[in-house]
Amino acid sequence: MITASVVAAEGTGYPSGFPLLPHPGEMIIGIIAFAILYWLYKSKVVPRLEELYAERAAAIEGGMQQAEQAQEEAKAALEQYTAQLAEARAEANAIRESAREQGASIVAEMRAQAQAEASRITEAAKRQVEAERQQAVVQLRQEVGSLSTTLASKIVGESLEDEVRQKGIVDRFLAELESGDVRPEKVAPAGQDA
Amino acid sequence: MSPTVVSASWLPAAVATAEGGEGGFNTPGVANFWWPVIPFDGTGPWAVTRPALVLLLSVGLLAWFYVGATRKLTVVPSKNQFLVEGSYNFVRNTIGRDIIGSKDFLQFVPLLLTLFTLILVNNVFGIFPFIQFPTMSRVGIPIVLTLIVYITYHAVAIRRKHGVLPYFKSLIPPGLPGWLKPILFVLEFLTYFVIRPLTLALRLFGNMLAGHLMLLVFIVGGEYLLLEGDNLFLKFSGVLSFGFSIAMTFFELLIEFLQAFIFTLLAALYISDAVSEHH
Repeated sequence: MITASVVAAEGTGYPSGFPLLPHPGEMIIGIIAFAILYWLYKSKVVPRLEELYAERAAAIEGGMQQAEQAQEEAKAALEQYTAQLAEARAEANAIRESAREQGASIVAEMRAQAQAEASRITEAAKRQVEAERQQAVVQLRQEVGSLSTTLASKIVGESLEDEVRQKGIVDRFLAELESGDVRPEKVAPAGQDA
Repeated sequence: MSPTVVSASWLPAAVATAEGGEGGFNTPGVANFWWPVIPFDGTGPWAVTRPALVLLLSVGLLAWFYVGATRKLTVVPSKNQFLVEGSYNFVRNTIGRDIIGSKDFLQFVPLLLTLFTLILVNNVFGIFPFIQFPTMSRVGIPIVLTLIVYITYHAVAIRRKHGVLPYFKSLIPPGLPGWLKPILFVLEFLTYFVIRPLTLALRLFGNMLAGHLMLLVFIVGGEYLLLEGDNLFLKFSGVLSFGFSIAMTFFELLIEFLQAFIFTLLAALYISDAVSEHH
């Protein structure tokens, strides 16, 4: 066993005294191992993964573009909606304004109409009063005439009616009275004058 | 080397205890990482070793997973595709695009992805049950990966700067006094041609070797203490050592991811230096 260990000690290490000396067999296999792995990675693994990355980037970019488009559409819709709202508001304002104007004009018209009506009524009433007065005057004149003639006939004792009517004495007298030609005089006491 | 020794060294713990039974504890060392499976000759420079097989296994797994999962890709990812895309995005965007710049990064993505996945899987194999061998703890393999990065960034730089001489000239920042130029050129030259590849390879190698060696010490040591310890205290220490090795395993997982990330990140950084128009 001692001899075996001595043989092992002499044989271990390549060469036994220099652990830092690279072993040529291991170096060759190291180069081969590296070359195989590098070739596999370069020809298969990395291109496949890079292709996938490009694909994924494209997919994400596409998604982003889609999202952007959707956003733009939403923005356009919002703009349209806002515009419509503003338009509607303006329209409502215009309608309100015109309604106010219309109302004001209606009120003015009504007022004018009422005023016209009132003045018309007043006029009619005035005219009626005038007419009535005229009628009353005419009637009164007639009555005064007949009364005075009746009175005079009573006093005189005979009918003056026809004569008076023919001559228009009463009318003339009344007209004179109206125009102020005849002044009412102070009547003297009956005994004195007679 | 006889086949019996090879088969005996399949499990380092077994070797350690077998030897320990004879002459005390055999401290795990760098020798534990020498592991020929098919030795072609006596000294074994061309032997097919265990890390080489693990490396090939990782390539097989990665190829099966990535090529298989990308066969049917959909815009909305499935579970497997999610995992593929997650790792790919990490390398492509976080490492590639953010460092090299969105103009040039795509042509380097296969390289970065290969580096990252290969290193990560091989590092995780360090604690993966039954495999349990960090391939990168064999210095030859980080050197190969570093050489590939080294050749790539110099080639890219020479092409971008239109020739070797303009590339060397671009190493000196503009606007320096004349006497400073040679000193700075030497410094920059050393950085670009010696220090960068050296640190890139040794950082990964050293981390993986040291991490695994530490686990080995705790596990093998714990086992030795538990089995060979002649009092209760030593046996208890062995249990403690095992417990600590479990904690260290989780810590290793972090380191493994971090190293894969750092290696790829630095490769991207060197390439970004090369593709930039000035310095």
